[in-house]
Amino acid sequence: MTLSLIMLALLITGALAWRAERYWQGSAKWLALMSLALLAITFAGFVINYAISHNNDFAQLQVLSRINWIKTFNIQYSIALDQLSIVLIALTWLLAIICVLVSWREIKRHVGFYYFNLLLTIAGIIGVFVAVDMFLFFFFWEVMLLPMTAIIAIWGHEKRYFAALKFFIFTQVSSLLMLVAIIATGYFHLLQTGQLSFYYLDWLLLDIPLEISQYLMLGFFIAFAVKLPSVPVHSWLPDAHTQAPTAGSVLLAGVLLKTGAYGLIRFVIFLFPQASVQFAPIAATLAVVSIVYGAKMAFAQQDFKRLVAYSSISHMGFVMLALFAFNSMAYQGAIVTMVAHGLSSAALFAMAGMIYQRIHSRDLADMGGFWQSAPRMGGFALAFAGAAFGLPGLANFIGEFLSLVGVFQVMPEFAIIAALGLIGSAIYGMVLFQASFQGAPKREIIDLQSRELIICGSLLLMLLAIGLYPMLLLKFSFGV
Amino acid sequence: MIVLLASLPFYPLVSFLVLIAFGKKLSWQLAAIISVSSIALTVLVSAILLFELSASQNQVLTVNLWHWFDLTNQMGTSEVNMRFYLDGLSAVMISVVTGVGFLIHLFAAIYMKTDANFSRFMAYMNLFIVAMLILVLADNLVLLYLGWEGVGLCSFLLIGFWYQEKSNILAARKAFIVTRIGDTSMVIGLLLLFNTFGELNIKAVTTLAQQGHNLAAGSSPVSSAEQANDIYWIALLLLGGAVGKSAQLPLQTWLPDAMAGPTPVSALIHAATMVTVGVYLIARMHGIFLLVPEVMNYVAWLGASTLLLAGVAALAQTDIKRVLAYSTMSQIGYMMLALGAGAWSAGVFHLMTHAFFKALLFLTAGAVIYALHHQQNLFKMGGLFKKLPFETSLFVVGLICLMALPGTSGFFSKEAIIAQLWSSSTAGPMLWWCAILGALLTSIYSCRLFFLAFLGTARFSENTHPEKSTLLRSALIVLALLSLFGGLIPLDLTLVFSTVIQTPLAQLIEPTWLHTVAIITPFIGILFSWFYFKNYRLSPLKGTKHNIQPSKGKFVVFCRQGLGFDACYNALLVKPYQWLAQINKHDIFDQIIMLNAGYVNLWHDSLIFVQNGSLRWYLAAFGLAIMLLLGVSLL
Repeated sequence: MTLSLIMLALLITGALAWRAERYWQGSAKWLALMSLALLAITFAGFVINYAISHNNDFAQLQVLSRINWIKTFNIQYSIALDQLSIVLIALTWLLAIICVLVSWREIKRHVGFYYFNLLLTIAGIIGVFVAVDMFLFFFFWEVMLLPMTAIIAIWGHEKRYFAALKFFIFTQVSSLLMLVAIIATGYFHLLQTGQLSFYYLDWLLLDIPLEISQYLMLGFFIAFAVKLPSVPVHSWLPDAHTQAPTAGSVLLAGVLLKTGAYGLIRFVIFLFPQASVQFAPIAATLAVVSIVYGAKMAFAQQDFKRLVAYSSISHMGFVMLALFAFNSMAYQGAIVTMVAHGLSSAALFAMAGMIYQRIHSRDLADMGGFWQSAPRMGGFALAFAGAAFGLPGLANFIGEFLSLVGVFQVMPEFAIIAALGLIGSAIYGMVLFQASFQGAPKREIIDLQSRELIICGSLLLMLLAIGLYPMLLLKFSFGV
Repeated sequence: MIVLLASLPFYPLVSFLVLIAFGKKLSWQLAAIISVSSIALTVLVSAILLFELSASQNQVLTVNLWHWFDLTNQMGTSEVNMRFYLDGLSAVMISVVTGVGFLIHLFAAIYMKTDANFSRFMAYMNLFIVAMLILVLADNLVLLYLGWEGVGLCSFLLIGFWYQEKSNILAARKAFIVTRIGDTSMVIGLLLLFNTFGELNIKAVTTLAQQGHNLAAGSSPVSSAEQANDIYWIALLLLGGAVGKSAQLPLQTWLPDAMAGPTPVSALIHAATMVTVGVYLIARMHGIFLLVPEVMNYVAWLGASTLLLAGVAALAQTDIKRVLAYSTMSQIGYMMLALGAGAWSAGVFHLMTHAFFKALLFLTAGAVIYALHHQQNLFKMGGLFKKLPFETSLFVVGLICLMALPGTSGFFSKEAIIAQLWSSSTAGPMLWWCAILGALLTSIYSCRLFFLAFLGTARFSENTHPEKSTLLRSALIVLALLSLFGGLIPLDLTLVFSTVIQTPLAQLIEPTWLHTVAIITPFIGILFSWFYFKNYRLSPLKGTKHNIQPSKGKFVVFCRQGLGFDACYNALLVKPYQWLAQINKHDIFDQIIMLNAGYVNLWHDSLIFVQNGSLRWYLAAFGLAIMLLLGVSLL
């Protein structure tokens, strides 16, 4: 119940913020920040309280509420939590707060409506992570999509309409496939048990023959592969990330991509284990191609945000590769990589936003030598770039290393090619850092302000904490 | 005592954090005191630790900081910890790192005094020491890799310290990416290692590998044949990592360019400590390497070829620091040669003495360069003997150690290596001759360097302004003393390198003239240079005005540019990668997908064109359609 209230509260405060901005200028961001902080604390309190009172560590899905919604089709409002969703929701809260902070000065038009959209997206994302009725899941999947599209289309950069449209069409087309798969699986449940059901836990009990389940699996897989994204359906991402406002990019890279990985884990691998195993060589190939191709494409970019966007493709390739290795080590690696990439790419996009605010350009050719005037910013940029190229001591290294160790036990050739991505990431990381902060100073910029220091500092602290003491995250005894 | 070991990297870490946090707000004095004293503290602590170590029972100290993460495979779970392990080998390394590091810090504090970013410089130097200490103290390979990448990052930062120059940042990028290629090979090696043994703890891996080997020697089951193959690849992949960091063939190209960094950096990172970690890695993993004599043989050959190649390249350089860089490469070649021959202690011994005299050479070169207003070109020096007698005499000390003249530290260590080559089962007479040839080359390029820079007439017009600070000079003097007498430091690594593997006994009988040849080789080189480089050494006769110019012969230029490796890699790797990136800048997958959008747009346009609201057009279309329909129905 608390969880539903939290989502409702996000919607309500979003609407309030929208209205409040009309009366008191500048109130929307405060409202958003406060409500996010409060709700995040409420969520944490709820989880801890539940864990203590039920003496449960969320290793299994804990169904929190189950209410009939559309009786005719046996569709229920049912939500549940387990360790995976808790970790991802925690990441969502953190990045949501970061999002408000990076938007603080950046958003100047339709401020109230902006925060409404932002909070609505976050509500949708949380919904995606908790829904266990597939119809409800699909509903939240769309809820998070629409306001996100609005954020890109209204507050984005010069080619925002194009990017928003592309983002929308890619996601829509792929989620249509998922809808078909959802309905088909529900219908299959009808055939097998005599009752229509979209309830995830019911589906887990289904015994679907391989020749059917492989098509159903493919429907889900394509939807999540687009979201992840994986080559060859990745091309919405560079445009959307580049054109979105900073908070949009942070949210997209930090959390929205993770919904793809989450879907792969929960609705592809767990629902259709056999079909996934059979499909693994293809998925792993796509993942490896994404790793190498993403790194190569990142190197070719001239646009700061586009470069980071392609690096995301490369990193999410590691997640997919690790997931399709069906190995507990690799699975842990995938989880850590998801969180680490959420933090590091969010940090790099926030950095891009800070630079954009100062020089009104994302072009690396307009940058250079910023270290001279903004040494703190340079230090953070280096650390974040370091996280991206897998510097040990930062979170991404743990994720990549665990993934590689796991994958190597199952498919060594793939692990070796994926390891080559480490060279590629060093190359684009160097290009990114050196082109912006080293070289002859092209202009003077102001160093980080206190608000920006909080953003960068907290992200770096998290990256370091997970990198040096990953047990923080791994204490949740993840197991496939 | 355990606490002291655990705290070792934290003194420079604290100093690094303070310097980074306060940056330019600190005065020169304060920044210098903080950074140098933190290293002094580590020297002190290392000294206590060395004392404790020799007193301890099994000559090993360990301390567990915290549990990092777990790794599992089908054999079970193994913990990867933040754990430090101090034995004889790491003791040598921490002494070198902290001792030489301290002297270089002291030198740097004065040398870099006027730099606007002094505190940032010292911060990086401190961070480097932190990473280096973690590297040599790590008890497992993942922690070692953390230090390994850490020193790489610091090297990158310090090479590009003067980041406003394009050439410096390119050199920094090159160093990072080239070593990263080696690092990736090392990571793959770690993956294979874990897959084979289910462990990444160095001690445990070594024990497991040797147990497996001894079992195989008895019964030779099929599974251990597979394991033997794995060990072969593990050793080869680890060698890849070592080759990258230690600037050996074929990943040596970054080191000469790395000289773009400030001179104390070249002394600390690119001569004394970081570039020798490849040697450390192989010595550390000697338990694995001993099992695969083929790979040891490769190590030896790699070392020997780098030794010769770098020696030839050093002969053609015009920049004083680049001569020293190639010389470093070639001396590390000696260490590799020693490791390949199984002369572990000798290799590590040479690592130590080389750290002393090469640091001395670099720092003295730095002092010379400073005195000449940042002139690094040997052909614009000359006659410094009279103008800079202090620097000259120190440089001579460094050079005689480098040439390994009898009595110096270089002599002891290099002789120790050469003496073991001939009869080693993984080296042999061929490699012995390579080592001798290398020694000859060493003495020739050393003489050429000395003649060009210090003898002859001055080929510059400005006045020299040597730095006369006592602190700076005392750092140099201590290094000079270490270079001269460092060979007398007793180095007992038998405990570290004792193994349960039975190595075949030497079968070759050594001829009696071996030692004589080895000892007189440097003198032959000197004699040869004395006559061959007469021009460089003598002042021109009165009236005649011969100007010394670097040769422009094709072969000399080829050697000067590192024997074509750079050009080759550029053409084979860099250019194709850039080309690939350039032609696919717009992402072929995106273009294919966007064809859909184009297709839809085409229909959109065509249909709009049809619906143009003109009555004539509609009538015509109507008529045409009726005719068509009639025609079809009639047919």
